[in-house]
Amino acid sequence: MPIASQISMVPVVVDDEKCIAEKGCRTCIDVCPLDVLWINEESGKAYMKYDECWYCMPCEADCPTDAVTVNIPYLLR
Amino acid sequence: MNLPSDIRVQDVDVLVIGGGTAGPMAAVTAKEQNPDAKVMLLEKANVKRSGAISMGMDGLNNAVVPGHSEPEDYVKEITIANDGIVLQKGVMAYAEGSFDMIQKLDSWGVYFQKDETGEYDMKKVHHLGTYVLPMPEGHNIKKILYRRLRRHRVMIENRYQAIRLLKDKDGAVSGCIALGTRDADIIVIRAKAVVLCTGAAGRIGLPASGYLFGTYENPSNCGDGHSMAYHVGAELTGLECYQINPLLKDYNGPACAYVTGPLGGYTANAKGDRFIECDYWSGQMMMEFYNELQGGNGPVFLKLDHLAEETIQEIEHVLHTNERPSRGRFHDGRGTDYRTKMVEMHISEIGFCAGHSASGVWINEKGETTVPGLYGAGDMASIPHSYMLGAFVYGQICGENATEYALTRELPELDVEYIIAERDRILAPMKRTDGIPPSQFEFKVRRLVNDYLQPPKVTKKMDIGLARLEAMKEDIGHLYARDAHELLRANEAQHVFDCAQMAAVASMYRTESRWGLYHNYVDFPATDNDNWFCHVQLFKDENSQMACSTKPVDPYVVELDEDEKNAYQQMRVQAG
Repeated sequence: MPIASQISMVPVVVDDEKCIAEKGCRTCIDVCPLDVLWINEESGKAYMKYDECWYCMPCEADCPTDAVTVNIPYLLR
Repeated sequence: MNLPSDIRVQDVDVLVIGGGTAGPMAAVTAKEQNPDAKVMLLEKANVKRSGAISMGMDGLNNAVVPGHSEPEDYVKEITIANDGIVLQKGVMAYAEGSFDMIQKLDSWGVYFQKDETGEYDMKKVHHLGTYVLPMPEGHNIKKILYRRLRRHRVMIENRYQAIRLLKDKDGAVSGCIALGTRDADIIVIRAKAVVLCTGAAGRIGLPASGYLFGTYENPSNCGDGHSMAYHVGAELTGLECYQINPLLKDYNGPACAYVTGPLGGYTANAKGDRFIECDYWSGQMMMEFYNELQGGNGPVFLKLDHLAEETIQEIEHVLHTNERPSRGRFHDGRGTDYRTKMVEMHISEIGFCAGHSASGVWINEKGETTVPGLYGAGDMASIPHSYMLGAFVYGQICGENATEYALTRELPELDVEYIIAERDRILAPMKRTDGIPPSQFEFKVRRLVNDYLQPPKVTKKMDIGLARLEAMKEDIGHLYARDAHELLRANEAQHVFDCAQMAAVASMYRTESRWGLYHNYVDFPATDNDNWFCHVQLFKDENSQMACSTKPVDPYVVELDEDEKNAYQQMRVQAG
């Protein structure tokens, strides 16, 4: 059974300028109830890897540098 | 026979599965009860921000506070709201523990609204009594719970999904097998007692938006506990009494009549008119809501545009900082301002949730399931309408009783053969090189639930739904996961699948209608108290088939007056 990948606009946006994940911060990744935030191996910054969001906001509320913004998923807007 | 070296085993006295609301309370209570006990809290996410109250809660919906109501009044109200099918002793145990728990939380630093005399500022939302206590600063409740867990040195294991419970030769629970959600490692936690606190089953139906994770419930609450309880041989109850809630359309979060009602907001039809007498969530209220949506008077709205500016600001402060704070962002995106526009509402997808309705894993007033050593609390367990405070009270009851049970027992023997077979089954999707993605499998299950199982319930439709689900059993052997995260979703999807089947089987068994919309069975439109004034229990039978039986309702501890019994049957505002 062949598999295809489809693109998806994800609701959580991380500002790379502000994100300090490369210094070891994992706050947003730790608190996400759905475990959908990850580290981008190339940039060392956090990003939303899986489009499985409850727009619940701990990632944004707990980020120490205000780097995270939670948008409402496109299908709900 | 020993366990293979890739399976790590951890021995504890009390294992609590699920670190949302009930779970932390159960774990802290177990340590308060016996500081020497090894108590583990296992959590699929991170206990700092997991479960239904990850961003806090805006109030207690069922506070039994002296001077405002007595436990007997509350038991009556919930009995009537739930059409008589309740274990009253179980509701009473909650009601009697309610005020002590409020004071305990207060002493821990949870802020409850007080009036100018320093008394709790109670509000009336229910049909008969006064039970709502606002928590305008309730956003910090998880932090307060977390501090308690640390102080009592509860062992916390985050990012492990419990998948199957284990039992010993005598049929008592002996721990669980769990999957690491980041590394796909398998662990076994051997325990003398287990408390299940896995929350609602909120991913059975598909939200109207089509977004799989845009559910009413926190979507991590996907029925793990319901499925585990079923497979270990515990009885579930009232699954035909679905949870269906009135919500902000598309956003799918609560419209919060409990917050806005006491301040003058209400549910209205398209003309801006009130059509239900009481905004407390019950099956009868949802039936009227559904009728209004389907009739010419819909859509249905939350009406706040008649309120004063300062009241609106108060509502915005509570609703946009608590529980589901992204609500404000959703309204901004559509240009919805409470001051000028009514907010469109809709009804949610179906789920199982004792916090709002009555469905779940059967427990008695001690929190015991039907499997020795296995306890249950919170949205997953069967005490009806118990909300957050009920989760805390039953978390405490289970913590006490599980700790006591653990003292009577040595560490149980592990069934090595079963564990190895389960390891292979759990990891199978990652061993494949292609197959069915978990998201597609789950979408299909949940779309079938919407097409065939949600009310109004029709036998022929449910027959088709069950047959289609049965055919999908073969697909489970083709699930494909590329990494540990997708493997988590593949295992969750199987629990969603189990819950969908349970919803159909329980619904078809109860051949009457009851609880308004929750079990509105078109083929049997009348309530039939002669034959169905009983619980419906669902369990795995000796042939490993899903089966049901009836269970009589225990004699009431609080009798109802004849004129009270129908209080929740007359929800519609009478013309006049």
